[in-house]
Amino acid sequence: METRKPARERDTTDRRREGIESPVEGFNERGGRAARDEALRGALRLFATKVVPARNATLAALPEAPELRERAYRIKRETMANLDRYLEEMAEAVEARGGSVHFASDGEDVVRYVGELARRRGAKVIAKSKSMATEEIELNRRLEEGYADLGLEIVETDLGEWIAQLAGDTPSHIIGPILHMNAERVAEILSEVAGEELPPDATVLSRFARGRLREKFLTADIGITGANFGVAESGTVVTVTNEGNGRLVTSVPPVHVVVMGIEKMIPRFEDLSVFTRLLARSGTGQKLTVYTNFVTGPRGPGELDGAEEFHLVLLDNGRSNLLGTPFEEALYCIRCGSCLNVCPVYRQTGGHAYGSTYSGPIGAVITPLLKGDEEAKDLPHASSLCGACSETCPVGIPLHDLLLKLRNRQVEEGMAGKTQTAAFKVFENTMKSPALYNISGKLGRAAQRPLVREGTVRPVPGPLRGWTGSRELPPLAPKPFRELWRGGI
Amino acid sequence: MRVALFVPCYVDQIYPGVAVATVRVLRSLGIEVSYPEGQTCCGQPAFNSGFFREARSVAGHLMGVFENDRSDYVVCPSGSCSAMVAHYYPVLFEERRGERERAEALAGRVRELSDFLVNVAGAEASDLGSRFEGRAVFHAGCHQRRELGVLEEPRRLLGGVEGLELLEWENEELCCGFGGTFSVKMPQVSTAMADEKVKALEGSGADTLVSCDSSCLMHLGGRLARKGHGTRVMHLAEVLDPEHGRVV
Repeated sequence: METRKPARERDTTDRRREGIESPVEGFNERGGRAARDEALRGALRLFATKVVPARNATLAALPEAPELRERAYRIKRETMANLDRYLEEMAEAVEARGGSVHFASDGEDVVRYVGELARRRGAKVIAKSKSMATEEIELNRRLEEGYADLGLEIVETDLGEWIAQLAGDTPSHIIGPILHMNAERVAEILSEVAGEELPPDATVLSRFARGRLREKFLTADIGITGANFGVAESGTVVTVTNEGNGRLVTSVPPVHVVVMGIEKMIPRFEDLSVFTRLLARSGTGQKLTVYTNFVTGPRGPGELDGAEEFHLVLLDNGRSNLLGTPFEEALYCIRCGSCLNVCPVYRQTGGHAYGSTYSGPIGAVITPLLKGDEEAKDLPHASSLCGACSETCPVGIPLHDLLLKLRNRQVEEGMAGKTQTAAFKVFENTMKSPALYNISGKLGRAAQRPLVREGTVRPVPGPLRGWTGSRELPPLAPKPFRELWRGGI
Repeated sequence: MRVALFVPCYVDQIYPGVAVATVRVLRSLGIEVSYPEGQTCCGQPAFNSGFFREARSVAGHLMGVFENDRSDYVVCPSGSCSAMVAHYYPVLFEERRGERERAEALAGRVRELSDFLVNVAGAEASDLGSRFEGRAVFHAGCHQRRELGVLEEPRRLLGGVEGLELLEWENEELCCGFGGTFSVKMPQVSTAMADEKVKALEGSGADTLVSCDSSCLMHLGGRLARKGHGTRVMHLAEVLDPEHGRVV
């Protein structure tokens, strides 16, 4: 891909460090900028308008959906309680089929494993199907930089992901990576690759992409995929896609590497039907994705399909720290994207405002959990706690309650800031004492007198500026209810 | 029947008329209303900001206030503060025996106004003699919708108000963007959320926005006023109030 920007020219700014001074400024600023981008908001709204009703309709047509949700939650809970045992079972099953298994503690570990594999194979081209786990560890950039001597060309083959890669961009949605781009922008990016002007027409653009990507599938030395599920008892890796690129990546190149987060585990084959019935319905409103791939080890004797070499890389990267904690439920996520689709905050800002690989409510939950609170101070506050996420989650993760717990964790860790901490101490003392409460009301009435004009409080400097900048603030009433009550109603 | 009134702090201080309307609505059904004066706040601002210890301390005070009142029910004209007590108090005291039982006891007594009117008192708007001229849309606060699941009750009451036409509006399930301290911590995103509601409101043809939560109304009303919008914002209790318009 001649026009693909080499890694060093791409935007590799660590978005997590950009402008986060106070716990909340980062998201507010990035989100605020995004919320003023009418093209972006239009694209986000259009997507939600299509996907949310489709999701609701397909799930409503499945009478057992509520029961499946319960079962999915129970299966995941049971899996996490015995995760070490299931991982071992999976590893044994894969090895028994002639595959290799590697437990990777972090991204660096994965990079080393894949890099050395590429060196051994003399690989030049790596074809990838969409994988959030490899986005999380920035596998492409780190492989290109860390193994520059190999001159690797790493090509994303999911259409959206490929376009994002060409633009030096990152996915803004778990299942719709370039949700933030309109057809004109896509045409602009692909025209540059084509060396001729392509119209902003989905059919033309995807036909062009298909042609280009086919070349890559055929020449790739290694195929890398993520995994939607790993079945412990059989060692089967399940991937779901709508474009068929996942199947090409797993069957054409001679080597197949799976990078799978350890939480993707499910114990038994029969559990799969619980999740496959929920995943596509929740994500896109499809009954099932177009492709559901089952890969169990490398090509066996007498088999027609499959890679010569099969590698399963099990990625921890902070996940096992959550086991047995009040945050364990965050590991139950099946990455359907449904919580992003219904989130009224995501709807205004899109995914990039979160400044992390995972965006939306699940991103706000797992980013601080995987990277640490200091790295994502703003994210637990990037929510109005409306609960739409928890309501839609197909596996019953109480997302907004986890956000509350994360806020509490920040307070417990002394990260809430002196002003806020002092303010809530005053709040506590005032609200515990009716006498103080009454005095505060009287003081507030006296203090606001010079500021009230025509039934609204004039903007004043201080913490309320956030409100008065865009909204009128009603003043305290002349008398509180308790005085009216005493006077007789 | 006798009920104790729980008036959220901001209703007490900013919107006392909503509490007055609540008293009138309850009394018009022959219900005796008490108002334990030691009450202040449910502690939600601290809880939502992660200050669980401070929230527990304030919640402990509120539990004490209502334990001294013998009423079977505690009625509250706010879905959000009702949810704080009914849903989150037991969570807040989950690991504290003794206090947990107290939290559960109060959680079992507290009812959001429309929930109480329809499901306990068996009231219809016609029993109240409610009259209101206007075309209205109803906004369910998120706690009312999801933690309490009280959605049909307010609509049913509004549907029975003489002179009131209840309209549908687009994306009515979307949050208004208030979210307590979220509105000042993330003002730009919060305002963008309000603007989407304002747009839907404009498209509905309504002249009145009704909710069971004065907090959502303060947010949307504040945005509407800043934009110079003429839409009225009213609490359900004010619309139902048989003496609507009479000032104390």
